[in-house]
Amino acid sequence: MSRMTPGSVAATLMGAALGLGVLGGCTTVKAGDGQVAAPSGARGPSVGAAPGVSISGDRQILHALSRLTYGPRPGDLERVRGTGLSAWIDRQLRPRTIDDSATEQALVELTTLRMPISEALREFPRPDPKLRAQIASGEMSRQEMLERYPVEKRPARIAVELQAAKVVRAVTSERQLEEVMVDFWFNHFNVFAGKGDVRWYVAAYEREAIRPYAMGRFADLVRATAHHPAMLFYLDNWLSARPDFTVPAGPNRGRKAGLNENYARELMELHTLGVDGGYTQKDVTEVARAFTGWTIDRPQTDGHFVFRPAMHDTGEKIVLGRRIPAGGGRDDGERVIEILARHPATARFVATKLVRRFVSDTPPSALVTRVAGTYMSTDGDIPAMLRTIFESPEFFSEDAYRAKIKKPFEFVASAVRALGGRTDAQGGMALARASAEIGEPLYQAQPPTGYTDRGEVWVNAGALLARMNFALGLASGRYPHVSVELPALVAGADPSVPAAVLDRLLASIVADQAGPETRAVLAAQLREPQITRLSPDDRGPANTDVAKLAALVIGSPEFQRR
Amino acid sequence: MITRRTFVKAGGCALVAFAGAPRFLLRTAHAAQASGKVLVAVFQRGAVDGLSMVMPHGDPGYAGVRPSIALQPPRRGESERAADLDGFFAFHPALAPLVPLWSNRTLAVVHACGSPDTTRSHFDAQDYMETGTPGVKATTDGWLARAVGTRPAKSTPFRAVAIGPALPRTLQGDAGAISMQSLERFDVRAGSDGAARTGFESLYEQGVRDLLHGTGRETFEAVKLLRKVEASRIPPANGAEYPRAPLGEALRQIAQLIKANVGLEVAFADMLGWDTHVGQGAERGQLALRFRDFGAALAAFDQDLGDKMSDVVVLTMSEFGRTVAENGNRGTDHGHATAMLALGGGVRGGRVYGQWPGLGRHQLFDGRDLAVTTDFRTLFSEVAIRHLGVSAAPLFPGFRPTQPPLGILA
Repeated sequence: MSRMTPGSVAATLMGAALGLGVLGGCTTVKAGDGQVAAPSGARGPSVGAAPGVSISGDRQILHALSRLTYGPRPGDLERVRGTGLSAWIDRQLRPRTIDDSATEQALVELTTLRMPISEALREFPRPDPKLRAQIASGEMSRQEMLERYPVEKRPARIAVELQAAKVVRAVTSERQLEEVMVDFWFNHFNVFAGKGDVRWYVAAYEREAIRPYAMGRFADLVRATAHHPAMLFYLDNWLSARPDFTVPAGPNRGRKAGLNENYARELMELHTLGVDGGYTQKDVTEVARAFTGWTIDRPQTDGHFVFRPAMHDTGEKIVLGRRIPAGGGRDDGERVIEILARHPATARFVATKLVRRFVSDTPPSALVTRVAGTYMSTDGDIPAMLRTIFESPEFFSEDAYRAKIKKPFEFVASAVRALGGRTDAQGGMALARASAEIGEPLYQAQPPTGYTDRGEVWVNAGALLARMNFALGLASGRYPHVSVELPALVAGADPSVPAAVLDRLLASIVADQAGPETRAVLAAQLREPQITRLSPDDRGPANTDVAKLAALVIGSPEFQRR
Repeated sequence: MITRRTFVKAGGCALVAFAGAPRFLLRTAHAAQASGKVLVAVFQRGAVDGLSMVMPHGDPGYAGVRPSIALQPPRRGESERAADLDGFFAFHPALAPLVPLWSNRTLAVVHACGSPDTTRSHFDAQDYMETGTPGVKATTDGWLARAVGTRPAKSTPFRAVAIGPALPRTLQGDAGAISMQSLERFDVRAGSDGAARTGFESLYEQGVRDLLHGTGRETFEAVKLLRKVEASRIPPANGAEYPRAPLGEALRQIAQLIKANVGLEVAFADMLGWDTHVGQGAERGQLALRFRDFGAALAAFDQDLGDKMSDVVVLTMSEFGRTVAENGNRGTDHGHATAMLALGGGVRGGRVYGQWPGLGRHQLFDGRDLAVTTDFRTLFSEVAIRHLGVSAAPLFPGFRPTQPPLGILA
């Protein structure tokens, strides 16, 4: 990777006012978003190069809205213009100062969101293992099974409600940046809602280990996730014990247990240092030894963290060259977290992921270095790192502008928002299913890596068609409990003048950022009789099919970007 | 990182400049003979118990450590029991549909097969098996994608297809692989009028060269080709009946693509539900039900394709096997080696390949698991080289075979 500091050139460019013309539709070369050199070949794809030309004015606002939120709603541009961009960013960085009671109100009916784990375990008893065999063998009909074991009584409901809540929050919350960060950190410290007891723990995990620290300090996230039963179960640390440990009681009495490296490895590889963070297999083993005894108390009735000295390996550990003396007990794990959280490799790894989320799939290395510097000087303060990004020339650069491809969930939420839509909890469930069809079932990422933040993985044939089909369904109101406000979007445009409707629509949904070719294609669509419906007496265009036009815009290549 | 996929999708000069030369150089002597060949990979996600799938009834260590889940040894004329293969191994009774394929020598077993990496983590092991680089997590593309990528370019959108919601790791890369949940639903659902389809198509047809537009163009090419050949309407042939379960549905559709002659080279399907920690059962039960769907789907696929199977190899795989001894919950925990199957044209079937490591306590890996005697890359590379005619080197970077070839393909 080439490394260049942005220096004064970029700083000068930062302030330069450049009009829309610079973008030149969509054929301009952009580093890192998958575009190949256009004939001019002025800027090839480069990694870590100095940021190029900066964006300004409304495009800065649109850019910030598309990165700090789940996409602009009609009127957001004007609202941010009113308060001023930096004031708006400031508020988003301090979510507690933003009133969000309407969102909380919409979530009231989702009762499992607030349930302690012990209550969830009581409310949703484990399915009888015989049941599955009885159904498969035909001994019991599906109908009988549904009566004896209704869906709303199954633990799966916990994840379904959590999915619905995620959608409702993404669509309606005023604390948009916080929601983006909750998604980001959950994914960073991923657990799979379908694995064993995580079914009962997953809502508590987001509520207790992720959300409170999403805009706090990174080390607190590591600490909270390390202690949480969801993570202890998901990465098997709850079973990890000193060698030759024999289970003293319970159903597995007499069974031997031993070291399990799963959590130790992922803690370093995925949560803190990164795969190239300079740890060895020996470090993995040592960290695993340090965390022995960190387990779950009564996982199927109570489910909270407990340290069991009998399972703990009391010997000395050497982690990344640092000595943890023998006899530390539970504190061994705490010491490891401290060592990892203060490590420069962690700063760089976290900075890289943040810059990838907010700036580009190919994080400019100069910016990564500065964000890592912020991490080190602020003890991993998340808003401070975000501020470093949001105030950087790299963030407001042409290279970054609309360079990210929306993940399926980002696409679904942004589509609803763009159409001025609203959803209740029921609608949230339907929209969560849409996200799944496009490839991102919420809380269902099986591997500890979570879902990728690189666009190219999300772009494939079946998924693109699913995006188009979602656009058609959403715009034509086929999602129950989800309302879209098409009339408001085209208010003021004469419905008998299709071109006027199109102009209004493009202004509302993509804030006029559609390329000229897209506009031309859409204008040509207006000549389709199905789009411009003929009035019954066939006297000419009367009602433009706004829904279909809106669907085309939502399914267009431009709208897949943020 | 700009991967080659990005360039390939972008089309035009990029394709010539970046993809042409290496592909030409990588072509092997086999390539000319390998046209029309299809490799179908079936992934048993969750780690299948190879000792139940292909039971080593001849090993004295088998029954004793599995008091409630061991299969009864085969006995002639008793179809409720495991079906003997060679006097030492037997198929699980629920795999009965596969027995004729064994007998006519189109189906082979590789036992004690697995990864040189010792992880017992599902996700790591799947990742290693799909990328083809055990122990290396940084690999960005999958070995099946590399297999397609090193073959001569063809102008069909259907070279590599996964049936499922997302592209599996093993097809990520620059194979231009398509993933779809269903051939029938692989279209713009626009009711009776085609305005939306043509509208979307023109939006993605624009001259912009990027991944989205490139994929969009590919998608509509694929949609059009599928509509033209009406692949989803091709009925199963030869009286084949697929089980109405995900793997059956996937293989039925893969067979449709093969019969529609759309240029398929590699296909992929998943089957879930093999992680039998609790109550796995023996001749009957949870695992038997999985085997029933698995065996019936493979057998239906073979029957459906009939003579066309001479151009097709089906390769099954799973990230690792399970503990030799049953656990405290009448199930099995994560182990090491497992069994894999190869079926179809050129497979020298009716044989169990690989060296049997034995189930004696001292013979087990870590004192608990079936040891790996065949590196999965030995099997995969043999199939890819012999069947698809590709070169091994780019498929499995860093792989130095430490055993002679299995000779599983003619």
